[in-house]
Amino acid sequence: MLNFFQLILIYAGIYALMAIGQNCITGYTGMLSLCHAGFFCIGSYATAIICKTFGLSFWLSLPVAAVATGLVGLIIGIPTLRLKGDYLCIATLGLGEIIRNVATNFNPVGYNSIPRASLFGYQFASRNKLAFIFLIWAFVLIFYILFQQLAHSRLGRAMIAVREDEVAAQSNGINVTKYKISSFVLGAAMGGIAGCLQTAYTLTVQPGSFTFMVSVMVLCTVVLGGMGNGKAVILGAFIIQFISYLPQLTGLTNVIPAQAKQIIYGLLLVVMMLWRPQGILGRDKYRYGDPRTRMEKLSDFFRRDKKGSRAKGGAV
Amino acid sequence: MSTLTLYMQYIVNGLTLGAIYSLIALGYTMVYGILKFINFAHGDILMVGAFIGLLVYTALTGDASPSAWTLTAFFISMLVSMVACAILGMLIERVAYKPLRNANRLAPLLSAIGVSFILSNGAAWIFGTQSRRFPYPFENEPMHIGSISITPHQIVVIAVSVIMMVLLTFFVNKTRMGKAMRATSLDQPTSQLMGINVNRVISLTFAIGSALAAVGGILAAFDFRVYPSMGTMTGLKAFVAAVIGGIGNIQGAMIGGVLLGILEAVGAPLLHIPNGMKDTVAFAVLIIVLLVKPDGILGKNEREKI
Repeated sequence: MLNFFQLILIYAGIYALMAIGQNCITGYTGMLSLCHAGFFCIGSYATAIICKTFGLSFWLSLPVAAVATGLVGLIIGIPTLRLKGDYLCIATLGLGEIIRNVATNFNPVGYNSIPRASLFGYQFASRNKLAFIFLIWAFVLIFYILFQQLAHSRLGRAMIAVREDEVAAQSNGINVTKYKISSFVLGAAMGGIAGCLQTAYTLTVQPGSFTFMVSVMVLCTVVLGGMGNGKAVILGAFIIQFISYLPQLTGLTNVIPAQAKQIIYGLLLVVMMLWRPQGILGRDKYRYGDPRTRMEKLSDFFRRDKKGSRAKGGAV
Repeated sequence: MSTLTLYMQYIVNGLTLGAIYSLIALGYTMVYGILKFINFAHGDILMVGAFIGLLVYTALTGDASPSAWTLTAFFISMLVSMVACAILGMLIERVAYKPLRNANRLAPLLSAIGVSFILSNGAAWIFGTQSRRFPYPFENEPMHIGSISITPHQIVVIAVSVIMMVLLTFFVNKTRMGKAMRATSLDQPTSQLMGINVNRVISLTFAIGSALAAVGGILAAFDFRVYPSMGTMTGLKAFVAAVIGGIGNIQGAMIGGVLLGILEAVGAPLLHIPNGMKDTVAFAVLIIVLLVKPDGILGKNEREKI
C-alpha cells in the first residue's frame, strides 16, 4: 500500500512536470497541442543515449534533454504554430505519432539497464523511492516557481494576451508568432525534463510507452485542475495518478478492467467540459492593477529609498 | 513484372484504400462544414461500426463458406451497423457536443477527445484488445487484368464506396433536407430564421457521417482487421484526406481520400520508405498541405483557417 502511495507521488511529480509544460502551451497561450508524449519520448531517449551510449552523467543529460526537446519543439513549432485551434491539434497529434514512429525505427527494442543517477556519491536506485520523491518534487517545486514567475512576467502576460484575443494582441504590438513559439518551446522542454527524470527512475526506455494515451493524460491533468493555473495543474496530476493506481490501491485489480482508467479519463474530459470548463480550481487571478512581478516587487521593497517603482509594463 | 505494371498495381491498391478514406473523410467534412469543429470521435465510430458489422455477420452466418447467403448477410450486417452507428453518432452529438455549441472553441474539441477515448477503451474492455479477422463473404481469388491482379474484395470496396458517394451527392443536392443542410452550412443563424430546424439538420449530419463511417469501418476491416484502436490511425488519415480535398467540401473529401490512398500506396515504395514509417507519409502530406494550401484542393478561401 505504502509502495503504491510512493509510486503515485513519483508519477504525479513526473506528470506534474509535463503538465506544467502543457499548461504553458494550452493554459497560458491557448494552443491545443497534443504531442507531449513525443516530447516525453525525446527527453527519455536523449537521457538514455547520453547515460548509456556515451556513459556520461545523468546531470549532464538533464539540460541536454531539455535543450534537445526544446529544439525539436522549435523546429516543429515554426511551421505548425501558424495553424489555429483544431488544425494545430491534429498537426501536433500527427507530429507526436511521427516522433514515436521515428523513435521506434531508430531503436525498436529501447534501452535497458541505463546507469543510475548519482548525487555527491549517493546513487539513486529505483527501489529507494523516497529519494526519488525528493528529487522529482524538488524539480516540480523549482519549475512551478519558475513558471509562476513566467506567468506574471512580460512574456507571460503577452502569452495570455495572445490566448484572450490574438487580433487585439497583435494590434497592441505583440508579436503573436514569437510568443506562441516561445511558449511551445518552453512547454516542450518541460516534457523533455519529465522524460529525463522518468528514465532516471525506471532506467529503461521502451518506444512503445510513448503513445497518444500519454498526451491525453497530460491534457486531462491540465483540464482537470484548471487551465492556466499552476497549483491546479499539480492537483490535477495527483488526481490523475490516483485514478491510475486505483485498482492497486483498492486491491481490486482482478475486478476493475485495465481500460477503466482510460474510460475515466475520457469521461473526465467530457464531464469537465460540460459542467466546469475552467477546471476544479479555475483560472488563476491576475493582478492586472499592479503590473510588477513578484521579483520586481521584492527588489522595489529593498530599494524603497530610491523612490518609486519603475514604470514597467510595456504593451500588456 | 515491369516497373510500370508494378506501379499500376500500387495505384489499384491505393484506389481501394482511398475509397475507404473518402467514405470516412465525408463524415469529418460534413460535420466541419456545419459546425466548424473536428469530430475527434469519428474514427472510433468507424471502429464501433466494424465491430457491430463483424458481430452481426458472424451471428448470421457462423462459419459458413462463401455463398450467396453470406454475401446477403454481409450487406444486412452493413445495414444494421449503419443504423446503429447513426444512432450512436446522434447520441454523442446530443450529449457531448450540443451543450458546447456556443462555448469556447477548445471545449467541444476536448470533449470529442474524451468521447473518442471512452469509445476506444470501452471497446477494448468489451471485446478485448486482440485483433479479429473479418471473413470474406465471397471467394477472394485474385483476378488478373493484363498483369495487374485485383481481388473481388477490392472491387466490392470500390463499388460500395462509389454507390454511397453517389447516394450522398444525390441527397445533398436534390432533396429538401439536403438543401437545408447546405443552407445551414452556409449560414446557420439565417437558415434558422428561414425556418430550418438547425438542430435536426445537425443531428442528421452526424447520423449520415456516422453511417458512412460504419461502412468505411467494415470495408477497412478486410484490409486492417478489427481491433479497438483501429479507428485512431484510419480516422486520422481520413481527416488528412478531408483537409487535402478542402475541409467542409463534400466533393473535396472524395477526391482527397482517393488522392491520399494513391499517395500512400505509391509514395512509400517510390521513396523507399520502410513499412513502419508509412503513416509518416500521411502526416507529412497533412503538414505540407496545411502550410502551402490550407484550403485544400477544392476548399473555399476562408481566412479563419490558418
